[in-house]
Amino acid sequence: MPEIRNFTMNFGPQHPAAHGVLRLVLEMDGEVIVRADPHIGLLHRATEKLAESKPYNQSIGYMDRLDYMSMMCNEHAYVLAIERLLGVEPPLRAQYIRVMFDEITRLLNHLMWLATHAIDVGAMTVFLYCFREREDLFDCYEAVSGARMHTSYYRPGGVYRDLPDRMPQHHPSQWRSARDLKRMNRARQGSLLDFIEDFTERFPGYIDEYETLLTDNRIWKQRTVGIGVVSPERARQLAFTGPMLRGSGIEWDLRKKQPYEVYDRVDFDIPVGVNGDCYDRYLVRVEEMRQSNRIVRQCVDWLRRNPGPVVLQDHKVTPPPREEMKADMEALIHHFKLFTEGFCIPEGEAYAAIEHPKGEFGIYLVSDGANKPYRLKIRPPAFVHLGALDEMGRGHMLADCVALIGTLDIVFGDVDR
Amino acid sequence: MAETIETFAQRLQERLEGFLETCTVAHGECTIEVPPARLLEVCTALHEEAELGFDELIDLCGVDYAKYGEAEWVAGEATDRGFSRGVRGPGERLHETSRPETPRFAAVYHLLSLPHNRRLRVRAYAADEDFPVLPSVMGVWNSANWFEREAFDLFGIIFEGHPDLRRILTDYGFVGHPFRKDFPLGGTVEVRYDPERGRVVYEPVSMQPRVLVPRVIRHDHRYEVDRVDERKEDRESATTPR
Repeated sequence: MPEIRNFTMNFGPQHPAAHGVLRLVLEMDGEVIVRADPHIGLLHRATEKLAESKPYNQSIGYMDRLDYMSMMCNEHAYVLAIERLLGVEPPLRAQYIRVMFDEITRLLNHLMWLATHAIDVGAMTVFLYCFREREDLFDCYEAVSGARMHTSYYRPGGVYRDLPDRMPQHHPSQWRSARDLKRMNRARQGSLLDFIEDFTERFPGYIDEYETLLTDNRIWKQRTVGIGVVSPERARQLAFTGPMLRGSGIEWDLRKKQPYEVYDRVDFDIPVGVNGDCYDRYLVRVEEMRQSNRIVRQCVDWLRRNPGPVVLQDHKVTPPPREEMKADMEALIHHFKLFTEGFCIPEGEAYAAIEHPKGEFGIYLVSDGANKPYRLKIRPPAFVHLGALDEMGRGHMLADCVALIGTLDIVFGDVDR
Repeated sequence: MAETIETFAQRLQERLEGFLETCTVAHGECTIEVPPARLLEVCTALHEEAELGFDELIDLCGVDYAKYGEAEWVAGEATDRGFSRGVRGPGERLHETSRPETPRFAAVYHLLSLPHNRRLRVRAYAADEDFPVLPSVMGVWNSANWFEREAFDLFGIIFEGHPDLRRILTDYGFVGHPFRKDFPLGGTVEVRYDPERGRVVYEPVSMQPRVLVPRVIRHDHRYEVDRVDERKEDRESATTPR
């Protein structure tokens, strides 16, 4: 008898299914995973340490780059923590704008997740479909903030500026025909809200397309049903949150349980899985996209009817408008102080958590009264979920590892920080 | 939430009588401080007992309180040297120390109870500054595994009883604990490719640390609620005799 030993295999960090820079050291018994040891930190940028050296507002941009699939949600937790310590509350319109963009961000994130999860498992078309819709959502980001991904749009005390009245249009070019141009600009004739509303009308049809391709697909089900089953007890022990927890059958959503902003004023449902496998988590996330679409529609409706300020008029925290700054000495001083020194936050500590597309994203902020955070701790959902990969992967085949990484919905900006 | 955070804090204090050093409520959040020797008992009680029911360890992080309350620029009075004082560095640094009389390193645990929809913050200080040790709570909440590795990696806090306390975020062969307040922001080594030796080499950092915006602590009267009340009382007492 030849001696049979377990052997160790290296997965990543350049593997296309590793979703970034994951290095997995797998101990294999034949084709069965005995132990998975994720080596992370290849994208560690010490965001928390960098934030300690900067005034509060200068770190908003770093938040975008944490989970670079759901930029605005990261900013949201950060500004919420600051607002809690300052004891300020943004105007209602700003809260609706934040909720709307949080849900647009959730769509962006889930589309990216679905695209990559599907292509990892072998479905090419879904990938192309999802990126088609992401383009429209990025256009919304661009219209409101000027940047397609790293927006820095949320500010302590509100949002940077109001929604634009005009949606930017595509220009004629030699590369597209007049007919194409007309089609591309069809939804862009009105304001940003018109564009978003048009999108929300189209979007349920798109989700149906993805579901046609996947939900009853034999190969998709063979690859996901019964893979990576997590019981509710284990999910709680492993501190799962978000769709990972709901996939295991626990009804828990911070938007319902600990509502922030205006989530208690909008109507939506929480999908919950039954078996806690990859397929249930897929169903949960797809249904979440439909619910997000519903929330966005309600926000568009409210925002149409209720104009008003989008940022707090407290110039100790938010800068005065530019016209005022040019004419008023007091405003000029405020502007100067805010942009050279920033604002100081009273001594104390706060933990602000939001229902991020991936789970609970929290910011723990310790302030000693200075214009910079004393300690900023980011609680990333993906870091916690990846920590459970070893347990989820044991006894599965090597090929299932790819499905597991997909279902965890990890992004390395978030895991490594 | 049926129970307010204040009554919950009251109940917690009664239940854990003698185990807690402090129990405070601020910004709608309850914080308890636990001596490291009692940490495991307290955590087990918080996890196991149905009326507490903290079934998830949401977050665990290290905190280094070495420079708490220190500013680089005095803000209370006018100065003649201005900005440069903050930038010039440690020699010119002014201390406005309000650091609490506590050990340097602490671990902060954020707990969440799904059945009661409640959060709790637990803080435990590691007594020894040179060799901070805390008991591992991995046996209570399995999610502590990576969190404790992270706190060990970044702050050098040793979690006793952790089965696999390795570095997690920093590079293979990294020296030091980067999130400590005495670790420079720019790090200690830099890497480059050396064409002569034909490999990547590590060298001491060449860049100078610099401060763009000095750290300043301002006492804004708007947030000092007590003082505002006092002043109001003073004014009232001054006007009433008339």
